[in-house]
Amino acid sequence: MSQLIKNQAVAVDAWQKLEIPEGETPETVALPAGDILFPLAVWQARKTEIISGHKRIGLWLEPADRVEDVAGDLDYFIVIAINFPKFVDGRGYSTASLLRQRYAYPGELRAVGDVLHDQLFYMQRVGFDSYALKDGKNAVYAIEAGFSTFGETYQASTRQPHPLFRRRA
Amino acid sequence: MYQYDAIDRQLIDQRVAQFRDQVRRWQAGELTDDEFRPLRLQNGLYIQRHAPMFRIAVPYGMMNSAQLRRLARVARQYDRGYGHFTTRHNLQLNWPKITDVPDILAELAEVGMHAIQTSGNCLRNITTDQFAGVAADEIIDPRPLAEILRQWTTFHPEFAFLPRKFKIAISGTKEDRAVTWFHDIGLHLKVVDGEFGKQIGFTVIVGGGLGRTPIRGQVVREFLPWQHILTYCEAILRVYNRFGRRDNAYKARIKILVQALGIEEFARQVEEEWAHGKDGPATITQAEYDRIAAHFAAPAYEAVGDVELPDEKAFRRWVDRNTHAHKVAGYAAVTLSLKQHGVPPGDITSEQMEAVADLADRYSFGELRISHEQNIILADVRQADLYQVWQQARAAGLATPNIGLLTGIICCPGGDFCDLANAKSIPIANAIQQRFDDLDYLFDIGEIDLNISGCMNACGHHHVGHIGVLGVDKNEAEFYQVTLGGRQGNDAKLGKVIGPSFAAEEMPDVVGKIIAVYLEHRHADERFLDTFDRIGIDPFKNRVYEGRAHGKAKSAEKETA
Ligand code: SF4
Repeated sequence: MSQLIKNQAVAVDAWQKLEIPEGETPETVALPAGDILFPLAVWQARKTEIISGHKRIGLWLEPADRVEDVAGDLDYFIVIAINFPKFVDGRGYSTASLLRQRYAYPGELRAVGDVLHDQLFYMQRVGFDSYALKDGKNAVYAIEAGFSTFGETYQASTRQPHPLFRRRA
Repeated sequence: MYQYDAIDRQLIDQRVAQFRDQVRRWQAGELTDDEFRPLRLQNGLYIQRHAPMFRIAVPYGMMNSAQLRRLARVARQYDRGYGHFTTRHNLQLNWPKITDVPDILAELAEVGMHAIQTSGNCLRNITTDQFAGVAADEIIDPRPLAEILRQWTTFHPEFAFLPRKFKIAISGTKEDRAVTWFHDIGLHLKVVDGEFGKQIGFTVIVGGGLGRTPIRGQVVREFLPWQHILTYCEAILRVYNRFGRRDNAYKARIKILVQALGIEEFARQVEEEWAHGKDGPATITQAEYDRIAAHFAAPAYEAVGDVELPDEKAFRRWVDRNTHAHKVAGYAAVTLSLKQHGVPPGDITSEQMEAVADLADRYSFGELRISHEQNIILADVRQADLYQVWQQARAAGLATPNIGLLTGIICCPGGDFCDLANAKSIPIANAIQQRFDDLDYLFDIGEIDLNISGCMNACGHHHVGHIGVLGVDKNEAEFYQVTLGGRQGNDAKLGKVIGPSFAAEEMPDVVGKIIAVYLEHRHADERFLDTFDRIGIDPFKNRVYEGRAHGKAKSAEKETA
């Protein structure tokens, strides 16, 4: 189990990703109860069903998923998880920036997958606010050091919409 | 040049602490090799065949004497007393210890230097014209905007893990000296007559690149007012970060995406993305431009006027090749050649670095630049001081008068150092220099760019050499493919392959024959390139392959196909 970092602490995580078993499709897979992160294809195929069966809905996005395709639905989600199958695949940073900056998604934005200490600072800047740290990594040290690596940043980002040059004394 | 303020300094200090901690965790087994690799690469640290290689950033090629002295010290203390300047203005150390790198970074940070993003799949060092700010043909000084872009690229949170590396070059002159047509983004500063009078901005070129699939860039926007450069680059990078290929490293550069979409569709996607960011907070303010530009204000030139130079042949030769017109009367830009015959091109010893730092302090306001041709420039030398500069540079082995000549070779480290190499490149450069060691002959041959890369990654820019040499691997043996007619500048063009490749020991003869054909055919005042353009590649081909075993050439041809 990965360890969920949220609000500078290790949190209990109730959310489960809906895996599509072999032989099933987004159209056929059974929709379990509980706090579920639905893959985009399932959400698109079964939206009405999911809404009627769940009060709390989560969305699971892969790197190639286009946020544009779900931009009109963001009000339904309490949490959106963005997967990093490999930490060197940086598409999720753009996905997060778009969700926060362009589509003003206000809910929890969670980094999942190959989530490591040394990427937390960047993740926080593009708008993530929870992090499912990879198995076996030191969450305590990540909380202590991973979010405060740098005291300033040059660029505009989700977290700091004004670039440094507009704030320089 | 730009002086780091407290915030800039704090950032590089924190970078040192971050990397020290990463090395510690890697040694403790908390970071796997795979997890550590991109982190060390983004700090310029490679693991190479003999030792690690460490690449130190020289943003847009500018440095002061204190920084160069520190590089000399670092090279002496942590390496073997020399370094190598690359075609992207950076300094490489070939033999540092991995565990010393945090200490090296700390030493560098004290003088405002670092190795941030000098490697890895991220936004790399910005390059520009080595004569920025002093060139007689300059339209706009590109350095303030280069520095603004440097800050924007530094630790950009969205673009730290791109499909592949990303290189930006800026040119502010009529004659493009920054190879802007062959960068991921090439920027040409220009002035146009706009609605509100004269307007400064860029022509934006994307999707150029040398390397395995050399492609000339294409104009994605004819004119972009300078205030929008950050938001526009963000748009380009976002499209690339999202849609660039990640399944195959050889197809991951932006040039492949631009080719796949076509420039019109790519431009459409960029414009659509840009519509959201345009005029947002990242739009550059005049106040910020002025703040940065003040750092690049002209030094205190004296009103001296052009002077009469001593008539000594050797000195005149050096003036002819190694000085460049300056926009201020009585001054010249001096190129110190790192192309001494017999020395690896671009290499410089700690002693030479100190000699250059002294020259810079004495004669050029304490500043210097690195050129993409791997030489050092003293940009602001009084003409009256040239003779002394020449004498002192000569004593330090830095006055070979071969800038722009056949032996002023651009050359990558190649198989002697680089893991990716197919073949060695330095011995080829040195063998050619040895063959053409006669200065009279060299001057008679005249202007010619010879560029050598040890593999198709093209760090030696072989595609744009008038003569290009590329190391290739044939049945585990080192061979060299020759191209002719490539060029940089506004008419930048890729060279054409002349035919089957050659063994190392054939290379001086091959170059000798190419030169002979040129000398036989040239009209008065024709440079190599002019003759080549007039007579075409065939006379060269015929001479070079004359009398070669037919079968050998044939079988080799198949392999190059
Ligand atoms: S061109 Fe090839 S051999 Fe030369 S430095 Fe680049 S990667 Fe290495």
